[in-house]
Amino acid sequence: MKCREMVELMTDYLEGALSVRDRERFEEHIAGCDGCRAYLEQMRATMKTVGNLADEPIPETIQEQLLEAFRSWKATSS
Amino acid sequence: MRRQPISDGTSSELDALKRGDEAAFVDVLQRYHGPLMRLAIAYVRDRQIAEDVVQEAWLTAIRTLARFEGRSSLKTWISGIVINIARARRRKESRLLTFTSLLGGDDADRRKHTVDPSRFGSDGTWRELPHSWENVPESTLIGNETLTKVKAAIEDLPPKHREVIVMRDVAQLGAAEVSQLLGISAENQRVRLHRARAAVRKALEDYLA
Repeated sequence: MKCREMVELMTDYLEGALSVRDRERFEEHIAGCDGCRAYLEQMRATMKTVGNLADEPIPETIQEQLLEAFRSWKATSS
Repeated sequence: MRRQPISDGTSSELDALKRGDEAAFVDVLQRYHGPLMRLAIAYVRDRQIAEDVVQEAWLTAIRTLARFEGRSSLKTWISGIVINIARARRRKESRLLTFTSLLGGDDADRRKHTVDPSRFGSDGTWRELPHSWENVPESTLIGNETLTKVKAAIEDLPPKHREVIVMRDVAQLGAAEVSQLLGISAENQRVRLHRARAAVRKALEDYLA
């Protein structure tokens, strides 16, 4: 595998979607290639950074309104 | 035999909601708000509209909670509701929707490079190695400025790629769940995810350089 091909297999690798044979070749290449190792780490760091976008508190007014809706559902369903 | 729910600990959570447990409800509201907002924004762009979408989704969820059997996780279920409402809203309100989303399928995508070919020599190896981000301080990677860049990069993605990266990497839904929600094959899901992540990686690389 060439580095040029490696970069297109990163997600398949991270997803566990490579065949056993391809995964072995992939890992063999990574072990000996600083560039592809750095690229793989960048992909992982990217995923983690994107994950930080989930941190957004719910505005209190919305929470109150929804909780109110939940309460009236409970009141009518029980 | 009944199928086991795909659970991330949410089946007891679901039971609590069905019992009308308010603390459990507030807990899921708070935990899912961020991911659901990102998901809605992936479709409708406008924050205010996205907030309306998420709110409407919760109201729908409350109304139909009793009928939900927990065959998918609570998060997947509510994500599906958000997607349906957001898509309907986008169709109704967006005159900005371009046709780019309709052009070029995943098969065409599969063959396109995600890394500038000029970064590799004729032998297919790196001309200049990508920089390690190991020395980038954690505070930089989670800083507001970085997150703003990441948000912008995600917004620039084609809609089909945008929805997948938000579902997978923001909402943390599983590959199978996302394929199912979007009605696409496992392979197409991966192709879209790969292109999305590669584009955001590139934006981060440009920013951190």
